[in-house]
Amino acid sequence: MDALVAQLQMQYRNYTVSLYQQGFLDDQFTELKKLQDDASPDFVAEVLSLFFEDCVKLIGNMARALDQTGTVDFSQVGASVHQLKGSSSSVGAKRVKGLCVTFKEYCEANNYEGCVRCLQQVDIEYKALQTKLQDMFNLEKQIIQAGGKVPQVDIN
Amino acid sequence: MARDGGVSCLRSSETMRVGIGGMESPPLDLDEVHVLAVDDSLVDRIVIERLLRITSCKVTAVDSGWRALEFLGLDNEKASAELDRLKVDLIITDYCMPGMTGYELLKKIKESSSFRQVPVVIMSSENVLTRIDRCLEEGAEDFLLKPVKLADVKRLRSYLTRDVKLSNANKRKLPEDSVPVNTSLPPPPSPFTISPDLSDSSPPLTISPESSDSSPPLSPLEISSSPLSSPIDDEDDDVLTSSPESSSAPEESPARRQKMTSPLD
Repeated sequence: MDALVAQLQMQYRNYTVSLYQQGFLDDQFTELKKLQDDASPDFVAEVLSLFFEDCVKLIGNMARALDQTGTVDFSQVGASVHQLKGSSSSVGAKRVKGLCVTFKEYCEANNYEGCVRCLQQVDIEYKALQTKLQDMFNLEKQIIQAGGKVPQVDIN
Repeated sequence: MARDGGVSCLRSSETMRVGIGGMESPPLDLDEVHVLAVDDSLVDRIVIERLLRITSCKVTAVDSGWRALEFLGLDNEKASAELDRLKVDLIITDYCMPGMTGYELLKKIKESSSFRQVPVVIMSSENVLTRIDRCLEEGAEDFLLKPVKLADVKRLRSYLTRDVKLSNANKRKLPEDSVPVNTSLPPPPSPFTISPDLSDSSPPLTISPESSDSSPPLSPLEISSSPLSSPIDDEDDDVLTSSPESSSAPEESPARRQKMTSPLD
């Protein structure tokens, strides 16, 4: 049983570190983990879940705004991008945030093709993060079910 | 979870002992520390609420400047002398909000006789010197750069505690400050919804030992970037230099500086 726990913990550590190394997460995610404790063991998962709901809503807004036959209201697109940039920054979703920065620039430049590309990328990126985090949370569950504790991962 | 964008409010007062990295602060009487948080983003509201609660504050989180004014009883013209005045020790607000910006909210608060002495902290994702100066000139106590971290909030709490202790002292004699103070929060008015706690509020909260103060042992990583990592952030525009000479008033310099202003007299 201990061997299994140790193995899972090592897997978890490696996986978490890789998410930072690949730029999916940044230190704000680490900050969120500080806010989680035994009394609020699911805080991070809950916040991220809200974030992903936000992604769906805002990306929907952007898609609708970009889908106008006739003139596109880039400021409307930009407003949603600004919101997504904010919430991705608050949860440590580094890649999503980075894309939003670029996206915002295309909005300001009224660059339709650039915006459409960014929209597609942002959609792919948030879903990729969602999958990765789901795998990470599943590993946490497995560790707990195997009788172990989720290790605190030192990112450096 | 407050998903409706309304008001989320703690009902219970919790006595929390905050122990971070071996340092312990004395338990606060939480009936005394109440923060009003204003942010149009739900994600940010949940995070700031958690940050504040973990640092021993009671929190009311609203989604707009209008709701904030409504909560404070400042949304109508007539003098609210008869109103049972809420005790709010700190107001922390996002800058960029639709409708009323944080700056506009700040002005309204500073114009009100009841709440002008309440410290107001502005949060923004954009590090713009002119914006920061404007807020500080208008009377903002501090300016936090988003994303807000635990160390930022703990810094706020350190000067808040000092202010609260002074106002507690005043309460026992005649209040010397112009703000009539309640010793306990009134029950939340009916239009507001109460959010279910994200945490189980009955056991005292303990902070896991890995969390720390401004110099965390788990140093926030910044792993070398992958090819897909972010391009230059727009926050680099108008970046503040951290040296005091960048501002005419050294004590009111850039975001994340040490809190300089004096406590309430």
